[in-house]
Amino acid sequence: MSKVFSRPESLLDTPLHYCPGCGHSIIHRLIAEVIDELQIRERAILVPPAGCAVLAYNYLDVDAIEAAHGRASAVATGLKRLRPDCVVFTYQGDGDLAAIGIAESIHAANRSEKITVIYVNNAVYGMTGGQMAPTTMIGQKTTTTPFGRDVDQAGYPILICEMLSQLPGATYLERTSVHDAKHILRTRKAIKRAFEVQLAGQGFSLVEVLSPCPTNWHLTPAEAHRHVPEQMVKTFRLGVFREPGDGRVSC
Amino acid sequence: MSERVLFSGNHAIAEAAILSGCTAYFGYPITPQNALPEYMAANLRRRNNGVFIQAESELAAINMVIGASAAGARVMTSSSSPGISLKQEGISFLAGMELPAVIVNMNRGGPGLGNIAPAQSDYFQSTRGGGHGDYRVIVLAPGSVQELIDATRRAFELADRYRTPVLILGDGMIGQLMEPVVLPEPIDPAQIPERSYTLSGASGRPKRLIKSLILDTAKMEEHNWKLFRKYEMISAEIADAETEFVEGAKLLVVAFGTAARIAKGAVKRARAEGMDVGLIRPLTLWPFPKKALAKASRSCSNFCVFEMNTGQMVEDVRLSVQEGTNVVFSGRPGGVVPTPIELYRAIARIHHRVKKGAAV
Ligand SMILES: Cc1ncc(C[n+]2csc(CCOP(=O)(O)OP(=O)(O)O)c2C)c(N)n1
Ligand code: SF4
Repeated sequence: MSKVFSRPESLLDTPLHYCPGCGHSIIHRLIAEVIDELQIRERAILVPPAGCAVLAYNYLDVDAIEAAHGRASAVATGLKRLRPDCVVFTYQGDGDLAAIGIAESIHAANRSEKITVIYVNNAVYGMTGGQMAPTTMIGQKTTTTPFGRDVDQAGYPILICEMLSQLPGATYLERTSVHDAKHILRTRKAIKRAFEVQLAGQGFSLVEVLSPCPTNWHLTPAEAHRHVPEQMVKTFRLGVFREPGDGRVSC
Repeated sequence: MSERVLFSGNHAIAEAAILSGCTAYFGYPITPQNALPEYMAANLRRRNNGVFIQAESELAAINMVIGASAAGARVMTSSSSPGISLKQEGISFLAGMELPAVIVNMNRGGPGLGNIAPAQSDYFQSTRGGGHGDYRVIVLAPGSVQELIDATRRAFELADRYRTPVLILGDGMIGQLMEPVVLPEPIDPAQIPERSYTLSGASGRPKRLIKSLILDTAKMEEHNWKLFRKYEMISAEIADAETEFVEGAKLLVVAFGTAARIAKGAVKRARAEGMDVGLIRPLTLWPFPKKALAKASRSCSNFCVFEMNTGQMVEDVRLSVQEGTNVVFSGRPGGVVPTPIELYRAIARIHHRVKKGAAV
């Protein structure tokens, strides 16, 4: 009998702490699979966030350093510049990357740091109990937008891929989702592509992954997985925003 | 390398860092220390194959420092007061994760945006941890361009030895002063022993993890006790002060950095006029040289603490001296640099009262 499915080597055999139906678990697995496939486990350095995924280092069998809330891109910059042969990647939530760490994120992209950013957009602050994130959708209820996000009061959801695609330094940008098998495979491809861009020394790569947070959306896992294609993609359009070569500027 | 060369304070630190095997610098411009990053930009890559980045903010800069330190490099950042406030988040993380780094603060007048004139008003921030949590930072307080150079070499060594951030506290005056100096022998970065915890990819070894999140309360407590023990060891090993004319003195002036230069002039003049005055100059502000002060207070019961602030180190002096010692404060905040004459007059007044046996 041949084995057709097994745990990726880069994923440690430890129970994950995420809620049932949470996208983080799926995304972790995809990253581990890609690391195995590209055979970069022994060169990889993970910079996990403050947020639900802070314990990512308990699951991925790679070197890791925890960053302060939002600062992963800056820490990754320091690492990558001193260890150009390593494959340095951050793993960040939308609060981490698009709120407190937006300056670090924009500037790392603008410098075209040769790092890979896995950006998990669940439209909410998971770890701290479901407050509004910069990506919370208009009308979406959270603990700090109890009547729904009101544009007059709280502004608009931030579209990171669209925003970063203005920067010549942002080499590869793609937004995907993990709500069903097809999109999970698409996400895996995007993550692989993002690492390949780094391995080729082409510059900054980021994959934004739309990810369900059943707990703070107050939906069952199944409902949360339907919510992504039915609601989230209206605000967050899926697709490739930037390919290597797109941003080249000549003067 | 024993010939004397002329260097400004800011350039001297940068040169000493390069000669000490520093291969990474991250900073954000702020007056009065811009000459330091400028020197790094011009020299670091060329000479040490190092990395220079002008970061988008002090927050980014100190976090790049964290990354570079985890990657195993001797790394430095520099700033001045408002910028150091922003770096406190990262300094707390460096301390918690036990990562070495050298941080330079060319203190300017505060609070807030303040001004760009020399001040010593960041004493509390420097010596009390500065950021959140139970930690300390080694603080060196050089008083000349040569001492800035020596302190830079020492800061890298101490940072590596104790796996902790080390702060060099200067000010706008010492940073811009030009003096002849002797440079140290160069250290080849390749010769610096590799750190056991460096992140380089888990090749042929188990993965390594650098972190400061410790959710288990018992483990968090143990980590804090471990840091505490380390700080106790540092206190016992490196607390340092320079003393002058302490024997037989009736009045001792305590001052650090630029204020100590001014104090030296004032004390010399007072002695020339026959007053029994001496000087104690802390060279490390944390750990504070408590023992040197306690010892001096056994033979002299009048102290005058002279600082360019409203009286911050005076608290450490009071905590160090014997009971019954009189400690008065003299100083000016807001970036005003007092003249030796001003301090001399204060010394003469106090000395006169001491001689008459009056309370100081
Ligand atoms: C400086 C700082 N401010 C606030 C926090 C508290 N905090 C931890 S995680 C988080 C938000 C996480 O949200 P997100 O990045 O969207 O990740 P998620 O938990 O949803 O995966 C906040 C505000 C912190 N750790 N540090
Ligand atoms: S709170 Fe949300 S993001 Fe966090 S683990 Fe639970 S489902 Fe996932």
